[in-house]
Amino acid sequence: MRVLDGEGGALRFGGRYSGSSFSELLDVDYAHLRPDVSRLSERDWQTLSIPHGTTVLSFKYRDGVVMAGDRLATEGHRVASRDIQKVYATDGHSFVAIAGAAGPAIEMAKLLRVELEHYEKIEGEPLELEGKANKLSQMIRQNLPMAMQGMVVVPLFAGYDLRRHAGRLWKYDVTGGRYEETDFEATGSGGLYASESLKKAYEASLSRADSLRIAVQAITDAADEDRATGGVDLGRGIYPNISFATKPGIERASDAEIDQVYRDVMAQRRNGNGASR
Amino acid sequence: MSMPFYVSPEQVMADKAEYARKGIARGKSSVTLEYDAGVLLMAENPSTLSKIGEIYDRVAFAGVGKFSEFDQLRKVGVRYADVKGYGYSREDVRAKALANAYSQAVGDIFTRELKPLEVEMLVAEVGDDNLAGHEKNAIYRVQFDGSISDHEGFCVIGGAAEELNNFLTSAYQIGLPLGEAARLGRSALQRAADGEPRVPPENLEVCLLERARPGRKFNRLSTEQVRELLGE
Repeated sequence: MRVLDGEGGALRFGGRYSGSSFSELLDVDYAHLRPDVSRLSERDWQTLSIPHGTTVLSFKYRDGVVMAGDRLATEGHRVASRDIQKVYATDGHSFVAIAGAAGPAIEMAKLLRVELEHYEKIEGEPLELEGKANKLSQMIRQNLPMAMQGMVVVPLFAGYDLRRHAGRLWKYDVTGGRYEETDFEATGSGGLYASESLKKAYEASLSRADSLRIAVQAITDAADEDRATGGVDLGRGIYPNISFATKPGIERASDAEIDQVYRDVMAQRRNGNGASR
Repeated sequence: MSMPFYVSPEQVMADKAEYARKGIARGKSSVTLEYDAGVLLMAENPSTLSKIGEIYDRVAFAGVGKFSEFDQLRKVGVRYADVKGYGYSREDVRAKALANAYSQAVGDIFTRELKPLEVEMLVAEVGDDNLAGHEKNAIYRVQFDGSISDHEGFCVIGGAAEELNNFLTSAYQIGLPLGEAARLGRSALQRAADGEPRVPPENLEVCLLERARPGRKFNRLSTEQVRELLGE
């Protein structure tokens, strides 16, 4: 084992990198753990069938910010998985929701979590929420060669900002473009329907209970109109992931809680407000 | 060109060891104790530069001696752990492998380099009741020459290690509650702080590896929490 590096005389277990970013550490010293995109164009990946995640949404409410995602992954017209997870806590006060090519997206969420944790351990204090959102930007930008081949990843990032005492959320585009949203956002194949649903019910001063209700409504509406989005699956007992980021931390709504809210929403709809059509 | 003087290898090693020991003895000691619900790491440290740090979910680090050197070792350990956990699984990151890597790296420097590292390190791991076979705690001590040892119950690193170890051997009991373990740790550190009979809570750096905490089990206590813990 080489412990000393001739250049800086710095102590390492055989590595060269000495900064505080985990993804840069991988690039410099552990390139084999990173995807090799250099030969992507040599074949046509568009013909390749890979699982895609569909609808995720996020909005601010009275105590912070909500993140929700359905559980379905599709490969073309086929169901790839009925219960994948699309909402990931990246640390104690932030989370990311993934949409797009499931493989690279889940990997990106995992890498972001390690990245934030790594920085916190090396530097002795966590990144600001804005810094975390920006880091995700760079990771999406690095994925651009894969996105050009059809493996698009477009996440949402949100969290509770402990310095501003407020929830914040960001959406991204394929190039890593980062846009902070003031109220709500939804993305993925059913994102449009989820947005429309949220738009009608949204208020900045929503309580937790009301937030949970409109999140369930939005996912249900998206699943209604978009075949690639999975709603509440009572038969199998599969429920959307819905999490809240507030000052005390991240809290996930239980399946039992979502079940009750879903039944209430459906009962109300059956009582003739037109949404049953 | 002048001829270098011949110095026997025994003499070189003895000189290096003495140099390292002197460097380490200038700093304060650090004590680690197992308590009934985890592992307590404690150091006398009036500055804001940490001597104790989080390595991974269940693993923590404590260093004494020259700050720049052991802090670099801490960072190397974090990189090692994060790469391992990313490439394999989070449960694969264990204290024993890390302590061994430290031992090799530090021992290598001791033999090859002119100046040895003036550090002593401790790697602690808390057990997890939900992982079969990983329920026990583990504590490893790595010295400036790369010698490594494992410890049960408690471990002291630093210049006054021997004296403090003797004290704890007679005073320590298995299954101490947290508050008692903290008070015992402080009285050990006070023995080393000559001329200062009482180490105030604001001069103590206290971190815990809490068995029952989900995920990352490392918890750094604020001065307020330390004061409360010591019952002051």
